[in-house]
Amino acid sequence: MDRSAHPPREQPDVKRLLRDRRAIFGAGVLIVVGAVALAAPLVSLGSASAQHDIVATRFLPPLATDGHGMVHPLGTDRFGRDVWTRLIYGARISLSVGALAVLLSIALGLVVGAVAGYWRGPVRTVLLALTDFALALPRVVLLLLLATLWRPSAALVILVLGFTGWMSVARLVQGEVRSLAARPFVEGALALGMSRAQILGRHILPNALTPVIVAAALGIGNAISLEASLSFLGLGVQPPTPSWGNMIASGRDTLVNAPWVAAAPGVALVVVVVACTLLGDAVRDALDPTRMGLSSPTWTRP
Amino acid sequence: MLAALARRAATALAVVAGVVTLTFFLLRLAPGDPVELLLGPTATPAQLAAQRHALALDRPLVVQYAAWLGRFARGEWGASIATGRPVRALLGEAVPATLELVGLSLMLSYLFGVAVGAVQATARPRVDTALSVATVTLFAVPGYWLGLMLVMVFTYWARVLPAFGRAGLDGDLLADGPWLVDRLRHLALPLATLTLIGVGGIARFVRGAMFDVLGQPFIRTAHAKGVSPRQVTRRHVVRNALIPIVILFGLSFPALFSGAVLVEYVFAWPGVGRRLVEAVLARDYPVVMAATTVSAVLVVVGNLLADVLVAWIDPRIRHASSPT
Repeated sequence: MDRSAHPPREQPDVKRLLRDRRAIFGAGVLIVVGAVALAAPLVSLGSASAQHDIVATRFLPPLATDGHGMVHPLGTDRFGRDVWTRLIYGARISLSVGALAVLLSIALGLVVGAVAGYWRGPVRTVLLALTDFALALPRVVLLLLLATLWRPSAALVILVLGFTGWMSVARLVQGEVRSLAARPFVEGALALGMSRAQILGRHILPNALTPVIVAAALGIGNAISLEASLSFLGLGVQPPTPSWGNMIASGRDTLVNAPWVAAAPGVALVVVVVACTLLGDAVRDALDPTRMGLSSPTWTRP
Repeated sequence: MLAALARRAATALAVVAGVVTLTFFLLRLAPGDPVELLLGPTATPAQLAAQRHALALDRPLVVQYAAWLGRFARGEWGASIATGRPVRALLGEAVPATLELVGLSLMLSYLFGVAVGAVQATARPRVDTALSVATVTLFAVPGYWLGLMLVMVFTYWARVLPAFGRAGLDGDLLADGPWLVDRLRHLALPLATLTLIGVGGIARFVRGAMFDVLGQPFIRTAHAKGVSPRQVTRRHVVRNALIPIVILFGLSFPALFSGAVLVEYVFAWPGVGRRLVEAVLARDYPVVMAATTVSAVLVVVGNLLADVLVAWIDPRIRHASSPT
């Protein structure tokens, strides 16, 4: 099929993106954090739950050296576990839970949005009503309820976040698919004898993906933040497996003698969420040249 | 306009009914049994059955649902399974605490957020960038963590502010002046936490909304016909940027309520959010149902409020004969 029949794809203005300081910072931070998380065994001090002599090694302040000559860059917690090591292994959990939850919600949103945008009539009405209904549900209440349904785990958090986060993607995709379906190239493809499913998959969806990229960048930060909230309440990733949320929760009890235990994962969380937000803002501006680098309203956090 | 409002109200009612129904069945499907939690591990099967029967938890789900709905509509919200106290009294105590905290933080957040966003949209790029860094950081900070950090600094290090609760132990015995001081001191940290985060989000939004208006052709026209920059900002930019801000206000009305769940939990603030967390963890069905219903009602009321306010502000919507 001749590709020139397509409308020009809304490709991000890559040059502008590379000059955008927000994009450079955001992508840089995410790449560094991702690389450190992947290389966790190389850059950490052994296992995330390794304990030595608890009495001798607990509550060591940052940069302290313990009796074995081991330096703890971020100190140790009340069990004498190295906070830096737990932070890195926690990054693995937090980042992958965030990414998988966003992937799930994007997959759900794509399906619902594509079907609602492409098939008219009762299907659209029902799906849009469902989306509006799901948007009106109080997310925090729903998260609390769903998270208590089964035994808390990382998988449950992914499912819960995925199933409560697809609505905005569905709306974006629906609008995009609807406007694309009315374009002449769709009629042309129909005339060439392609089936509706083929047209949707080959011609419409690839063109509707651009707003999804922005939603994904902003959504990952949001999902990481929500995972931490659930784990903080004890409804997410369970200790001794470290996640930034349950690290903050355990640091809460030792705020007086060891403030670094709660401070470190919180700072990491803020840096990563800021990076996702800035990257999302930059990509959105690059996708829409009419905005002239001015970010438009977003309100992604509940 | 009125017909459109009536239709919106009907949709809102349907949403509330849906939320309530969904919550009811989700809660009952969850493992975890309030009776077992109540009677403890030493209870015999016969005792458990008797207690279940006494609470009508042994009847079919649909029957329980219908009975609950009927009683709830008549204003009988039942008693908490965990504590035995009436749900209305439990929530009645919690609502003023939440309204105090959330209402004040909402007011302060909008006051400072709109001011910061407007400054960003009109100031030099350098000032805008600096403020953007600050607001995006505040926007990213988890409320419970910011709360903990503030407690660390102001309670443990500086020893100037209390870390939890709404009043001191001797709060009820104090005279008017000291009583107010005690209340304000307890309010300071949770209020600061919620407000700082709120300012971050709102300033980001307001800045974006104002920049969107600044890019419109009618602003260029206003400048071209010789309107002073100050007048352009006041009469054209601010007024048009107000519409999305008002919509946000309606949307953030319940968001701050639910966002307060974690902050209330961290500060042991006796509000609806903390009650809700405790009730969910204890499978305290009547309390969860009532709290969820109240929060769902707040969500849809917030949305409706936004619609009405926007119609009131925007003549294009107010005078539209046929709603779209």
